[in-house]
Amino acid sequence: MEAIEKIKDLAAQTVSGAKIEIINSTPAAQQPALLVDREHIYAVAKFLKEDLRFQMDFCSCVTGVDYLPKADKPGCIEIVYHLYSVAQRQGPLVLKVRAPRELEQCHVPSLTPLWRGCEFQEREAYDLYGVKFDGHPDLRRILMWDEFTDYPMRKDYVPPADYEWEPTPHDDTLQRAVDEGGIMPPTAREELAKAKKK
Amino acid sequence: MIQPLTDEKPYTLTPGSDGLIETQTLEVSIGPQHPSTHGVFRMDCVLDGETVVALKPVMGYLHRNHEQLAEKMVWLGSMPYTDRLDYFNSMTNNWAYALAVEKLAGIKVPERAEYIRVIMSELTRLLNHTCVIGFMLQDLGAWGTPLLYAFREREKILDLFEAVSGSRMMCNYMRFGGVRVNLTDQDLVVAKDIVSRYPGFLDEFEKLLTSNEVLLARTQRVGILPKELAINASISGPVARASGVEYDVRKVDKYGVYGRFDFRVPVGDIGDVYDRYYIRVLEMRESLKILQQALRDIPQGPHIAPEVKLRNFKVPPGDGYGRIEAPKGELGFYLVSEEGGGKQPYRYHVRPPSFVNLTTLEDMCLGHKVADVVIVLGSIDIVLGEVDR
Repeated sequence: MEAIEKIKDLAAQTVSGAKIEIINSTPAAQQPALLVDREHIYAVAKFLKEDLRFQMDFCSCVTGVDYLPKADKPGCIEIVYHLYSVAQRQGPLVLKVRAPRELEQCHVPSLTPLWRGCEFQEREAYDLYGVKFDGHPDLRRILMWDEFTDYPMRKDYVPPADYEWEPTPHDDTLQRAVDEGGIMPPTAREELAKAKKK
Repeated sequence: MIQPLTDEKPYTLTPGSDGLIETQTLEVSIGPQHPSTHGVFRMDCVLDGETVVALKPVMGYLHRNHEQLAEKMVWLGSMPYTDRLDYFNSMTNNWAYALAVEKLAGIKVPERAEYIRVIMSELTRLLNHTCVIGFMLQDLGAWGTPLLYAFREREKILDLFEAVSGSRMMCNYMRFGGVRVNLTDQDLVVAKDIVSRYPGFLDEFEKLLTSNEVLLARTQRVGILPKELAINASISGPVARASGVEYDVRKVDKYGVYGRFDFRVPVGDIGDVYDRYYIRVLEMRESLKILQQALRDIPQGPHIAPEVKLRNFKVPPGDGYGRIEAPKGELGFYLVSEEGGGKQPYRYHVRPPSFVNLTTLEDMCLGHKVADVVIVLGSIDIVLGEVDR
């Protein structure tokens, strides 16, 4: 495969206005990535898929990474696509796109219209990270249940109050149940009512 | 519409526009507790008579947030958890994870360890494909016999795994830079014995199945997956190769020492359930070829790179993706190591083949009878530990 700098130049020439950056991986892994802005990711991906020099027809892996804000840089959710070419036996070409962490603005264009293989994997990223993929034909939760409201793979996710379940909680466990509230079996509810009366 | 039978409303049939009884489609939920779904997996089917007109897979019943668990422990800590992804093939899961970490950290694996890995994962492929064929026949209604023939052979391989790693299924055998314990000469004798007897079993198995009339009638031209769709939907492994996609990570990436072995990649031409069955038989024969060569050429030497310190193991910051050809398809791990830390993965993502291969389940089932859905699902070969993670 051609050098990543050359791919970047070719993509920038073809897709006018695209802001593309190269991000290096570890020295050993040698898998540099192209970071593309949200407005042009679809066009760049389409170029990589259809151009005969690359023919990236196989989108192997789609996932999200949550970067928390730090002192020197704001946080983001990064979506990573690993592209391979079955026709030309080359790859991986790594595409990255970043979205803000705030839920209302956490949108990226979906690449499912280009590669069907993104369908379930983008649903998974939506389910676990809360990234909305615009243009996805069927964006629903896939691993968590439909009524679940949070996004559990985010780094700042706090699991719900979870005291040890006991048929008749007492001492510390009962105290935590009183303090934090939560779902409890009927016997525990009676115990709790008794404790409150005292 | 059929009215309920009560005193107030007499039983009447409302004719449709063509004068016949008006019909409607029926929504049926197959699973999650159904033996044909191979675990807790559900399919929401819409049926017109017996014909499938829509089908949506529903998963997540076994979801345990494997990825989050792994992000909260040291690099090596999640190695035993990878056994539980695809619990039929713990050896290949271990290898995929070890390979991804070795790629990030730049670890070189000794010769003998590479050969041991090849031997173990090809044996895994044998047992997986044998059992999948058994399960497929079970789905067709051949209760017990083919599956027990398959399990009889699987047992011999599992005995070897137990002797080597201490566990039959949850092997936890690979380590960064090699494998946990070396193979003894006795183990190699047992492996050679298994390999020399396996072709005879395959011949027997094929004699029973390959030209069996019931198998042919139920599987040919059922669940066809076109080649273009297979590539576009990221289908990998035997399912993709049955559709004519000549793509095998062992040949393309040549990870480990696969570049040294002489083997071929069987490719189907129609992409129906029968092709998926037969591709697996042919792949087992190729695996046996690899095993014969590996057992012949295995060198002496250390089984793990001596410079790797597994205690307090650290990975330089950055990200990387490592993938192998697992028996079910392309199994990949995407790992991110954080700056200033490196003792545990910042991001740990599994790219499971069975999960992605389910993408085209609906396309393969549309227009077929509901009884064929079971066999189409069986031919994809899913394990829910890996789909739901």
